[in-house]
Order: sequence, then C-alpha cells, then structure tokens
Amino acid sequence: MSTRMSKPNASTILSEESCTGIDHWLTKYPSNQKQSAVMGALMVVQEANGGWLTTELMDAVADYLEMPPIAVYEVATFYSMYELKPVGKHKLCVCTNVSCMLRGSEDIVAHLEKELGIKFGETTSDKKFTLKEVECLGACGGAPMMQIGREYHENLTPEKMDEILAKLD
Amino acid sequence: MVTIEIDGKSYETELGKTLIQVTDANSIDIPRFCYHKKLSVAANCRMCLVEVERAPKPMPACATPIMDGMKVWTRSTKALAAQKAVMEFLLINHPLDCPICDQGGECELQDIAVGYGKDTSRYQEGKRVVFDKNLGPLIATDMTRCIHCTRCVRFSQEISGIPEMGAPGRGEHTQIGPYIEKNITSELSGNMVDLCPVGALTSKPFRFSARAWEMQQRGTIAPHDVVGSNLSMHIRRNQVMRVAPCENEAINEVWISDRDRFSYEGLTASDRLTAPMIKKDGVWQETDWEHALAFAVDSFKGVINAHGNSAVGALGSPTATVEELYLLQKVMRGIGSQNIDHRLRQVDFSDQNEASLFPYLGQAITDLEQCDAALIIGSHLRKEQPLLNHRLRKATLRGAKVILVNPIDYEFNFQIAKKIITSPTAWVDNLAGIAKALLENKGILLPASVKTLLAEISPNENQRAMAQSLGTGEKRTVLLGHLATAHPQFAMIRTLAAIIAKLASANLGYLGEGNTSGAWLAGVLPHRSAGGVPVETEGLDAYTMLTQGMKGYVLLGLEPELDSWDGAAAKATLKKADFVISLSAYRTSAIENYADVMLPIALFAETSGTYVNGEGRWQSFNGVVNPPGEVRPAWKILRVLGNLFNIDGFDYISSDQVRDELHQQVGDKTANNRAAWQIPNALTSESAKGLQRITEIPIYSVDALVRRSSALQRTIDAKMTDGVHLNTHVATQAGLEVNGNTHVQVKQNGIQITLPIVLDDRVPNDGVLIYAGQIKNLELGAWHGQIELSAAT
Repeated sequence: MSTRMSKPNASTILSEESCTGIDHWLTKYPSNQKQSAVMGALMVVQEANGGWLTTELMDAVADYLEMPPIAVYEVATFYSMYELKPVGKHKLCVCTNVSCMLRGSEDIVAHLEKELGIKFGETTSDKKFTLKEVECLGACGGAPMMQIGREYHENLTPEKMDEILAKLD
Repeated sequence: MVTIEIDGKSYETELGKTLIQVTDANSIDIPRFCYHKKLSVAANCRMCLVEVERAPKPMPACATPIMDGMKVWTRSTKALAAQKAVMEFLLINHPLDCPICDQGGECELQDIAVGYGKDTSRYQEGKRVVFDKNLGPLIATDMTRCIHCTRCVRFSQEISGIPEMGAPGRGEHTQIGPYIEKNITSELSGNMVDLCPVGALTSKPFRFSARAWEMQQRGTIAPHDVVGSNLSMHIRRNQVMRVAPCENEAINEVWISDRDRFSYEGLTASDRLTAPMIKKDGVWQETDWEHALAFAVDSFKGVINAHGNSAVGALGSPTATVEELYLLQKVMRGIGSQNIDHRLRQVDFSDQNEASLFPYLGQAITDLEQCDAALIIGSHLRKEQPLLNHRLRKATLRGAKVILVNPIDYEFNFQIAKKIITSPTAWVDNLAGIAKALLENKGILLPASVKTLLAEISPNENQRAMAQSLGTGEKRTVLLGHLATAHPQFAMIRTLAAIIAKLASANLGYLGEGNTSGAWLAGVLPHRSAGGVPVETEGLDAYTMLTQGMKGYVLLGLEPELDSWDGAAAKATLKKADFVISLSAYRTSAIENYADVMLPIALFAETSGTYVNGEGRWQSFNGVVNPPGEVRPAWKILRVLGNLFNIDGFDYISSDQVRDELHQQVGDKTANNRAAWQIPNALTSESAKGLQRITEIPIYSVDALVRRSSALQRTIDAKMTDGVHLNTHVATQAGLEVNGNTHVQVKQNGIQITLPIVLDDRVPNDGVLIYAGQIKNLELGAWHGQIELSAAT
C-alpha cells in the first residue's frame, strides 16, 4: 500500500447517532467554544462503543470539536468515568476516599475482590464485571458507597453487596 | 509608578507586574521551577513562595501582582520554611540519581535543592516510577525525574503552537507527555530541553557525552536562516558538544530552531575533508597546501590563458560568511571575470538590476509581531524560517490576519485567514487578481502602466476576499518566500507583489536564505560588485553558468547538484568543465567526480566571520573550535589565492580587516524595497499544461552542514521528503489504484524514474510535490516543469 499522509476525519469514524448526540451537547455552549462539549461528547462516543474509548475515537472527537487531540486525551484520562480499555457489562466503581475509607470501604473492596476473583482495574473472564477504584462521588452521607451504571448504592456491607451482585444479570 | 518594599529595601516599579518580575529585574533571587518569563503563569510548583505583609499564607511570587506599599520578605523565617517544605515535597518522587543524570551539574532542581532544601530526606515510602516516552530523535526522556512543572506543556501550546505535550492522568497518576507514542513534530522542539528544569527532557544527540563543568561556552551566530540566531556553543576539548540559544530579544528572543541547535553534528561528519587533495591522471591524492594551491592556480591560469577570463566563473554558498564571499568576488574580479553568483536556487534574473541593495526583510524582525495583516507568497514559513514564523504567530494571536499564496496547503501553527493553494504556474494570475481587487477598492495614485497591466484582469471572489483581508489594521506586510524567488517568473511575481504592497500600504519583504543579504552586499553577483555598485559588463548568473557551461569553476562551500535549481544539469555541466576548484568542507563522490582540486574549508563554528541577517544586521563572531586536520578558514585560502594570482590588496591579517573593508564600501547605503519598478507592458502567465511539478527545499536539506546532522535526518520532517506526493484525486486520475500501487513512474523533461507514492491531501489538484535537494530524485532536474505519471510495472 502507498504511504498516506492525512488527518483523521471525524465523519468517517463517528456514527451518525454519535454526531447527533454531540450536536445536542454543542447547542448548550457558544458556537466559538466547541471544546466546552468535550465531556458530553466523550460520554456519547463511549456509550456508542460499548463503554470504552479508543485513541481513534478520541482523535475523532478532537477533530469534531476542533481541539488538539492531546486536550481530549487529558480530559479522558483525568476523569474516572471514561474508560480507555474494554470493560465488562457492569462497571463497579467503589469509592475509597476518606469518608468511605473510614466507614469500611476496604472491607467492601476485599469482599468484591474475593467474590469476583479480580483486582482493581480488572475484568472478570466472562466479561460481566469490571472493578474500579474511584475518587469521591459526593455521597459521603451514605458511605461506604459505590456506583454501578447510573445507580448509586450506599451504606454498603458485604451482605448487601452480595444481594446487589445477585440482582445483576 | 508604585513603591514596594522587598526585604526592607524600597523599589519603584509599574503596576501590572508580578512580584517575580520585579525581583528578577532587581537581581533578588527567588527559586522557581514552573515560572518562565516567556510562558504563561501556572503557579503549580509553589517554589517561589514568599511572605507578604497582611497575607495569612505565603504567596507565590510568580502569580502575585504588585500593589502600592506592598511589603515582601523573600528570606524571612516564614518564606524559608515554606520554600523548604515545597522542596521536600518536590523531592518525594524525584529519584536521587544525579550522578547518572545528564542534567547533573546544570540542574535547576539540584541547585535549588542545595540552596533551599534540607540536607537529609525524611521520606521512606516508595517512589513513583514513570515509563519513558519516545519523543523522536532529538529529545531523550527520563520521565521519572519529571516534577510536573508543565513548562514543556505550556511551550508546546503557547510557543511552538502545536499542542503535542500534555498532562494526561490525574493527581499522582499524571504523566507529562504526548499520551500516544509519537515523535514531536515542532521545528522548535529542542527548546523544551532548555526549559526542562530537571533531567526529564534532555538532548538525545548530546546524551551522556559530556558534563556541564567540562565544557566552555562560546558565542556564535547561526548560518541556516535569515534570522541569524545568537548561539552559545558548548565546547569540550576542541569539539562542539551541543548548542544552546543565547538570549537576544531583538533577534531570537530565548529560542532557537532545531536546525540551528542540532546542525553541529555535521561538523564531525564522516565524509569531512581534512586535507587538500588534487586529481592527477584521474586519481585523487592528498597533498600539502603549497602544492594544492600552486596546482590550482597554475591550472586555472591555464584555463584562462586558453579560453579567456570570461570563460571562468565562481559560485558561493549563501551560508558562507561575508568575508569569504567578499574575497571570492574580489579574486574573481581581480582575474577579470564577472561570472560570480550565489543565487543557485533562482532561475529568473531578468529584473536583477532594479533589485534592492539586498533582499531586505522590509522591517525589523520584531516588527513582524506587530503587524496586523500579512500576505505570504510561496513560503513554507514554519519550516523555512521557524523564528520569523514564530513572530508572525504572535501577531496572529493579537488578531493579525495572515493570508497565503502557496503551492501546498502547509500546516501552519496559527490561523490562516485566507489562502490560495495552487501550483506555481497559476500564481501570476492569482496575484494579478488580488492586485486588481485592491486597485478597484483604492484610489491610490499609481503609474498608468499599472492600470494598463491589470486592465484585462477580473478578480474572482477568493482573490477579492484576500484583498479585503490584507486591508486589515494599520501595519501590513507582503513577504516573498523561497518558492517565490525560485519561480521561473520571479520578476513578474516581484512586480505584482510590489504593486500589492503599494496598494495595501504594506512593507514588501524577502525571506531569503542563510546569509543572502551578506552575499548581495559582498557583491557575489554578476551585475554588482561589493557594496551594490553596478559593474560595467554584467557576468553570467548562476543558472546560466550551471547550464551553459564554463571552462573553469571556483566553488565555495557548495554541492551544486543538491544546492541548485537544476541539480542534474549542474552535475553534468560541471563534469564537462576543464578545471574545477572546490573549496569544500566535505569530500563526496559527486565532488570527486567533477572537481580537480578539493581545498578543505572550515565550517561556521570553526572560522571567524560575519553574517548579515534579513533585516541587514551585521553580526560578527569568532571561531569557537579549531578546524580538524589541515582544514583552513576559507577567507585565508581565498587570501592566498588572491596573492598567488598576483592581485593587489590581499594583505589581510584578520577577517576583521576584510569585514571593515567591505563595511566601508557599503557605507551608509540601505536597502529599499520600495524603489521604483519597471512595470512590464503585459502580464505573461505560463499556460499550464497537465500536472506541474511542485517543489520545496526541505528544512533539513538546506545546506551541506544540515544534510549531515544525523539526528535531524531522522526527524519526520526529513523522512517525509521521499517519493512523489499527490492527492487522492490526482492518483485516481493518473489511473493509480490508491491502495494497490506503491510506486509510480514519474517523467519530467524526458527523464523517467520510479518513486514511491505518498498520498498527501495537502497537494493541490494541478500538481505533484517532489522535494528538491534529494539525491533520490536528482535526475528529474529542474524545480519546475510538467510531470507525467504512469503506473510502475
């Protein structure tokens, strides 16, 4: 094949639905500040890609929002809700910040690790669960807590944990 | 003016400054890592904490604006405690590997740790380890040493303008770098090495080769562009170990281009010529200076006696010093030949008599950043003149509009307001369109001939928009780049550019190359002698000399097959000459093939001399190292040649005398780009048939020295010069299967060669890009011409 020198083109990588989703976020910001929509855009693209972001997708978002790719990488690596590797069907985000730690998040983590046989950052072999350590999610009142999908689960105990896991298909 | 008190002493200063600016201006030491005067304030290292009256906590001096009556203590107990604490935090994750670190001995962290830190560490936990990133052939990394000052990140965003470095990750997991594996593409990237306050980013070619305290620092001037950047050369045992910028706000600020920084590798290239050599009966043999010079002069005299003194000519490199160039023309004029030139990459000389004293930039370098609108004609400015591009980039950040007429849709590191991208054959028509659009808008009194010239032109929408953009603001400039100078209709383009400049009240400027200004002043021209004095009978220009053929040549610092407009013709013509004297720093098979004497000359760091930059600034320098072997400075060789030819006035003892003599001849003459032009009667535009060759002399192929810097030759900029670049549309038209064919047969002027295909969407539909100055495609010859493509079998 001949050598090719060209930039990634958002329109060939992003699906039409993704573009519509990003456009929805763009309406919320001034037209000369497209980069403001980067977090929403990454969320849209991540959901369309089965829960994780590839470098090509981040480049495409950068192209779409007219910002440097490195700025998109910075956002995607900073926030814990973006995944840069494939994840399981259910992402268990356990908070280990101060409040949760004082209320026993370490026990929760140990229990989950034992039950699922995986450590932080890993996915079960059946691709069902991914265990992730996150920073404070702002629910200290119900510490220890975790997030699964869009749901918060608070005042966790190992027993309660088993119940929650059993309900997830 | 306000008064503030620092450490008990009063200082008068202006409002709007930060504390660190005031302390720096008054030589009060405040430690810092993230603050840099040319970058935005990040205030993230916290090293510059000082005590401020009525502030409950210590304040960062870099981000604290001054106020009238403010009282500051930089060395109070509170300030020192804060600095000591910050230092302790910074050292938590920093490895204590100074003995094996390249930065050891010249490290800001090391120095400040000694000055402001504790003598022992209390930290016993594990340290962070960060994997190194491959940033390409110029910058070596040791990212575990990084203290996250973000100077490199801010540099890449704010100065190089290509955000490549970033800070991906969060908190302790932050890792400075480009995130993906990639080579840094900025042509200013080497400055990150200078900016890095620790040993995280160091110079790759220099790595592990010397210690800071073993080297001496000596100043010189860079030869590769018209900026004339001030350099500090770091020397150990008579060898240039590395190059750093020397601050000069009027010229290079605190930056230098990678070309100026890493070209020193060429000084020690393996094909360096270190002794005089002569060709006897087709065999090259080393000899001493006496024999070589006698042989050269006797044989050259023989050629003159046989064919007359107008049968010989001299060509000088535009990167030679003013002294060398002046003596070259003095020798030639002394033996009665006016065939002298340095403009090897030019082909249209028809209006040379009306040209200005030298190709003046039209303004000071600093003025470029003040301009409001700029039209650039035929220049890959970012790679051609990296620091002028940087000035223009600053202007665009202030809101200036930059518009382009270029053959390739080059990637710029700033916003381009409007552009016309077409092969050079269409430039004349497009410039005429812009000129006409301006003429219609303005009622400036111009010679009637201008109106006649443009009578038939009706500008299109884009040309009108270009004209409109050029009307922005007060200060405007029109810049003629390297590709405009090399255009077969340079005179016409110059005329139109001058008309556009006049109509837009803009400064007309030339971007030139190397020491071209010096070469013009020194009289290395067939039509003007030193100081720009017209000669009675004009000699032959470079193109004619290298195509028609002369009986004898003197070449100074050149590889004409790579340095001229038609390398193939130059090579063949030189081969036919009776006698060729090559003053060269290198011994190449091409030179061995056509030359009869090779005289080894010193390169830019090895000789004293002077360069004149685009704004007409004379900058003299001394040699910083001794040349190797039998190598001598070219001005001394030319002085002896002058004596051996029995020409008067070659009794110089130092290069200063040569410079002063020329300086006297130039006197107070100044360049004037506004001089009257002869307006031609009619526009002659080439009728473009088929695909046109588009070319460019790549950034790392401009002269013999740069071509031998192995680090620069491994950069993306150097590697992309292979093959024939064409866009998908052209490829399809030529019947190439975009994903099938890897090579294509390229035919130009009857010569056919096979080149790899590079699909490149920057190339317009009416041309293909084949880089100039490359051995691989040398046979294709001229920089311009029709190209035929056919599938390679």
